[in-house]
Amino acid sequence: MPQNDHSHCQDLLGEMSTYLDGNLNRELCDKLEKHLAECKDCRIVVDTMRKTIFLYKKTAAETGGVPDMVRERLYRSLNLDDLHTRM
Amino acid sequence: MNGLVDHGFSLNALRSGDKQEIARLVDAYSNQIYRLGLKMLGNPQDAEDILQNTFLKMLQNIKGFEGRSSISTWLYRIAANEALMLIRKKKPEVDLTDQLNEYGDGNPPEPENLIDWCCLPEQELLTAEARDHLDLNIANLPEKLRIVFILRDIDGLSIESTADALNISETAVKTRLLRARLHLREGLSKYYGERFSGRMDNHAAK
Repeated sequence: MPQNDHSHCQDLLGEMSTYLDGNLNRELCDKLEKHLAECKDCRIVVDTMRKTIFLYKKTAAETGGVPDMVRERLYRSLNLDDLHTRM
Repeated sequence: MNGLVDHGFSLNALRSGDKQEIARLVDAYSNQIYRLGLKMLGNPQDAEDILQNTFLKMLQNIKGFEGRSSISTWLYRIAANEALMLIRKKKPEVDLTDQLNEYGDGNPPEPENLIDWCCLPEQELLTAEARDHLDLNIANLPEKLRIVFILRDIDGLSIESTADALNISETAVKTRLLRARLHLREGLSKYYGERFSGRMDNHAAK
């Protein structure tokens, strides 16, 4: 068990997630940030959670769009073939 | 009544089968839906099936679409449903009781790995091997958590739209998103911790 009293850190997980979305109200936000300044474990959880989301967003954004052949087949299945050349 | 305009799309035009308008809608959302299929099913064939089925079903049902949600939310709802149904079809032997524990009963899983890997440079966090691991990590998420993470954190849907698309409460969206994030975080912490163990403060919990 870590040395500090972390009995209530588990309760803050939901707030951390809401905090990362920027949806935590001012009062709870201040309270959480104060806790994070004092609790290294929770700070690591928040930081690594934030980074996790960032990495998934970034790699998703880097994937190319629908491959050309897939797009062609999609247009065909929707009877849009005659419009395909406008791309 | 003139055609409703939904985020720039004319429902009347779509309903009347206007090919230009349908093509515009397809172009606007096919990338996201294909990506959703890829992340949910893990292979291009299934992703393509989901892509085609989503737009086919949209066209089949557009006349009855009342516009209570936006077209994009509706498309995501169809796509999410297709993905979840296909997953279920592929592994019907899943133990339902295991899955129930993932959906909000009891407390969220306690973070175990407390290695601080955030300081690592991005080119190390995103090597080809690390990217493979990112894919594996999300593939291991229970699908009902995975879909919430994809809609919220990757596609950027609001809590409200996500709840609408998945036909669950906003509270359920938040709970499942938290669990998804915790699982993914744990998986990455384990991976980066093992890869770079000599180089970071280690705060392994006991």
